[in-house]
Amino acid sequence: MSEFGGVWVFSEKHDLALEMVGKGREIADKLKTELEAVLIGEGVKEEANELVRYGVDRVYVADDSALKSFQLEAYLGVLHGLAVSRKPEVVLIGSTRNGKPLAARLATRLGVGCVPDCIGLSVDEHGRLIGERITYGGNAVAKIGFKAKPQIATVPARAFEKSEPKDRRGEVVMLDVKVEEPKTVVVEAKPLETSSVRIEDASVIVSCGRGLSKKEDRVLLDELAVLLCGQVGCSRPLAEDRKWFGEWVGLSGHKVKPKLYIACGISGVIQHVAGIRDAKVIVAVNKDESAPIFEVADYGVVGNLYEILPALKEALKKQLG
Amino acid sequence: LREKMGLKRIVVCLKQAVDVSQLKVDSASRQLLVAGAPKKMSDFDKNALEEAIRIREKLGDVEVFTLTVTCEDVKAVLREALAMGADKAYVVSDPSFKDVDTFGTAYVLAEAIRKIGDFSVVLCGETSLDSFCGLVGSRLAELLGLVQLSSVRKLAVEGDAIVAERALEDSVETVRAKMPVLVSVTREINQPRIPSLMMIMKASKKEIVTWAAADLGVQMEKIGSKIEVVEVLAPKTERKRIRIKGENAREIAEKLARALIEEGVVGR
Repeated sequence: MSEFGGVWVFSEKHDLALEMVGKGREIADKLKTELEAVLIGEGVKEEANELVRYGVDRVYVADDSALKSFQLEAYLGVLHGLAVSRKPEVVLIGSTRNGKPLAARLATRLGVGCVPDCIGLSVDEHGRLIGERITYGGNAVAKIGFKAKPQIATVPARAFEKSEPKDRRGEVVMLDVKVEEPKTVVVEAKPLETSSVRIEDASVIVSCGRGLSKKEDRVLLDELAVLLCGQVGCSRPLAEDRKWFGEWVGLSGHKVKPKLYIACGISGVIQHVAGIRDAKVIVAVNKDESAPIFEVADYGVVGNLYEILPALKEALKKQLG
Repeated sequence: LREKMGLKRIVVCLKQAVDVSQLKVDSASRQLLVAGAPKKMSDFDKNALEEAIRIREKLGDVEVFTLTVTCEDVKAVLREALAMGADKAYVVSDPSFKDVDTFGTAYVLAEAIRKIGDFSVVLCGETSLDSFCGLVGSRLAELLGLVQLSSVRKLAVEGDAIVAERALEDSVETVRAKMPVLVSVTREINQPRIPSLMMIMKASKKEIVTWAAADLGVQMEKIGSKIEVVEVLAPKTERKRIRIKGENAREIAEKLARALIEEGVVGR
């Protein structure tokens, strides 16, 4: 009989925590254990109740004014202290820019493994957690198991769907926490100057790569995107090298899952492809018929995006009526 | 005293990674042909090294050392690092590192950094080109008990502190921390230089220090992997790969529009 028990979910982003709850419930049921959540912040009573409605059996709440915003040392102190005393079997942590260092350091402090960015999670015949993650720049999916407990995995946003909230009961346990002094000072925090709509939410994405000659030409993509109620995206070189866009689609940028992804003038390096693999339909428009993007596209057009895009807009307008 | 003096020594952690853009897949078995794949300096680490060199160029009198933990031949990568401008390269090379995971790697890095000593900043790439785990920097910070600044896309030294811009999902945070610190950088931070022939020639005289596990007193039980890779396979691609052809753009566009409507991915 293992002394470890319970599946935990934690994310400083409440929405991501709720996404993990559905998967966490499934794992907890398979392991015949409870689903627990750790909630850290200030005035988070409502969030605690919501976690219960989504399927959590017990919520540990660290509520303190000093925990209002994310602080690595302080949050790590809370999670580590609790993990040492409660010995969870599985810990799922939201794979955000702050959550990932938190998970890695928790695993290190506990002397255990960590499988980051799991897009799939399952339990094998030995009751061991198996994390599935993209590796080798999108060339492969690895399945990784753990040799020790707690088994710590991180989960990116949108990897799992939220379940339906129900009227159910759970326990809320208020923790008595000592907050560790922050070792870094946040001098300034500015919201990102991006559009208010998240590209992960887009059902249609019209995306461009180096085949776009001038920044102003994105109007071609904008027009098609507007017609399809979608958004415009780009590949990494357009954002990082040319600075035409603030963010990009790909393994190191945003991973998206639209119904339709139209890649225009994008060669299709493996990192970009890894970011769009969950798209339902992929269309590629490229002048170079040997561009790798055609290998992963449902519909490929060898042609000039400057001719194809306006024509496609007209054709769709006509056929959609 | 050293804090008053400001930044003196930077240790940059460098990984030799599989060049994933040249990785081949056996399509029948979906196995990756990793053994024959070319390797190179992990590009995120190259950004970290570039940043360290830029700091030295700005402040002067700063040592930039690189550190690599490996069981492979990494000479070409280290020569490149020295040509870019690193002052000295350290490598901990041991056949026992063959199956180390992120914990073991961070543990050996930590032991080596302690031995190198006297550092103000440890610089890492945010993640690695091949495994893309992004755990080693954080694990290293934990093992060394260092303050950690991750996802850094802009860096400045101000006296005894580092001021960094961190790119988060929905905000950009400017943070300040006293040295010593561990900083992991994103690829946005800079465009790494390409060494000139002159720099390459000069680098051939620079020192590469090689240690084995025993030189650091590495405890073998610490480097045992804490995870077990069950399977690594290329994903199944189930794309239709239909080429749409036509006399002109209009004809192609009309065929494509029809296909997309049939797929039910456009319109209401």
